[in-house]
Amino acid sequence: MNPIATTRVATRALLRNKLRSFLTTLGIVIGVGAVIAMVAIGEGAKAQVQASFDAMGNNLLIVTSGASFAGGARGGFGSQPTLTWDDFQAIRSQLPAVHLAAPQLQGRAQIVSEDQNWSTQVTGTTPDFFAIRNWKFQRGSSFGQAEMDGGAKVVVLGDTVAQQLFGANVDPVGMGVRIKNIPFTVIGVLADKGQSPWGQDYDDIAVVPSTTYQAKVQGGLSKFLAGAILVSAISAEATQRAEEQITSLLRERHRLAAGVDNDFQVRNLTEVASARQESTQTLTLLLASIAAVSLLVGGIGIMNIMLVSVTERTREIGVRMAVGAKPRHILAQFLVEALTLSIMGGLIGVALGLVAARELARRFQWPTLIRPDIVLIAVVFSAAVGVIFGLYPARKASRLDPIDALRYE
Amino acid sequence: MAHDDTLVVLDNVTKVYRMGDVEVHALRGVSLEIARGDFVAVMGASGSGKSTLMNIVGCLDRPTRGSYTLDGRSVGGLSRDVLAEIRNRTVGFVFQSFNLLARTSAQENVELPLVYADVGTRERRRRAREALERVGLGDRLDHHPNQLSGGQQQRVAIARALVTAPKIILADEPTGNLDSRTSLEIMALFQELGRSGITVVLVTHESDIAQFAARVLIVKDGRLQSDQRRPPAVAVAPPPEQELA
Repeated sequence: MNPIATTRVATRALLRNKLRSFLTTLGIVIGVGAVIAMVAIGEGAKAQVQASFDAMGNNLLIVTSGASFAGGARGGFGSQPTLTWDDFQAIRSQLPAVHLAAPQLQGRAQIVSEDQNWSTQVTGTTPDFFAIRNWKFQRGSSFGQAEMDGGAKVVVLGDTVAQQLFGANVDPVGMGVRIKNIPFTVIGVLADKGQSPWGQDYDDIAVVPSTTYQAKVQGGLSKFLAGAILVSAISAEATQRAEEQITSLLRERHRLAAGVDNDFQVRNLTEVASARQESTQTLTLLLASIAAVSLLVGGIGIMNIMLVSVTERTREIGVRMAVGAKPRHILAQFLVEALTLSIMGGLIGVALGLVAARELARRFQWPTLIRPDIVLIAVVFSAAVGVIFGLYPARKASRLDPIDALRYE
Repeated sequence: MAHDDTLVVLDNVTKVYRMGDVEVHALRGVSLEIARGDFVAVMGASGSGKSTLMNIVGCLDRPTRGSYTLDGRSVGGLSRDVLAEIRNRTVGFVFQSFNLLARTSAQENVELPLVYADVGTRERRRRAREALERVGLGDRLDHHPNQLSGGQQQRVAIARALVTAPKIILADEPTGNLDSRTSLEIMALFQELGRSGITVVLVTHESDIAQFAARVLIVKDGRLQSDQRRPPAVAVAPPPEQELA
């Protein structure tokens, strides 16, 4: 008896009890639908966290100066300038685990266009900053080494600042703005990036060359780097190594004896990111396991109905055996029936899950992400549920004694 | 060993069932030979063991002791799979309650044994149609059992038994659920099959029905009580136009 014939027999048997077949599949439909929707929510949350960390920078570490200690009052990290420009150059060029490094000098300043003004974070840095932050340009471009060397009065605006100063439909590149009353030329606008993991607007920023910043905004050249150093490690795995290398380099450069506290701080943001990832991973796992339980319940429903079906059709089984059906033919018939139920349920469930995920995304603005492999796994899993829970009833049917089966009332 | 013209050989066959702690001796040593093309009626009261005898002859059941040879092949220690194959190829069953699959056309009911014999769809259709034509239901191929009279349903069952061209047809009270006129039609059909060379074994408790067989066996308390051969009465089927639709 070939598989097509077996499937036809199974389908006909199921169609004879349409309502019952439908109700039986409902368990699987809800189970699979729940798995798809729940995982979509979990994955969506994960992707959102990932995206906000991506906007923060690639394999990012932040090196800040140490805390001041004056008259018993301790300042926070960065209050005591300990990092020098030589430290920065050493980190940038000497450490194998470091890919790029850029200074980040920050201060708030009023920035004025022809008819608007806006207070924003002005950052002085080097061109590598954009690569470390993984920030893209929507218009214009970054400043280069020439502008660095010359202390050129050029500025790159964040999307928010550009909109506040020039409105949405104007290309500000080439236009003039004034920062602390010094004229700057806009040479680029950054692409929209959204919020940081801490809710800060990444787009409310103006970036100028660090040389210009020191000379014009901060005032006065100095040996010390009055800000932070952003470092990107060569890979996500190398962040730990980069952290260790920076620490030992700076301890050596600052001539700190063993046992003396660091006069700087290195923060590994990749670790923060992966901790966040883990917590969303746990959320996904939790949601998926709740959904899997309902799939299990669906499987039990299938087993229940298949047992009823075997009992109801005992005589049919007897007739089939009398005319030459082997036990494996009977086994296959009932197994295929269970499988058909569960796969149909799985497919309907996938459709339901996709619709549910889309509706949740639309109505509640939840980020959802459909992973094709999860869809496939859900269908395969529902088929497996069919086989596992169909096996017992099917075996029971195939082991019936033909005489008893024929006599069954 | 069996002669060439002997289809069924039972040698001192016993069958013991266990029902809980009680042993039921359904057959207590039956020896029997049935020739090819014979028309045999097995009679006996209920509980006499005639059904058990028929189940063993039909390879639905295996003897507890003794040997059974069907068509030259010893059935004793065969597996369920092989027994299923023998039932499929060599034996055709007709039951008292027809045992047709509900909500399945006559054609498909008759095709059922061929499905398990792995016969292709086209060939299956052709042979099922031929079998139904042979029992006079060539115009009822697509009817479902609930659209057919009892006599017609039994004809479908006979067509199903015939479709694999078996050596032997076993009929267990085939007229038990039919009125006397329809019973006569069915018996006429069995006699016709017998004339075409198929061995027919009929289990019944009605002597009216047994009279159409050439040989009558009477089973009592698990033993063969009598074995008589006599000229059979001829069953004359009423003309087809009198048949109830």
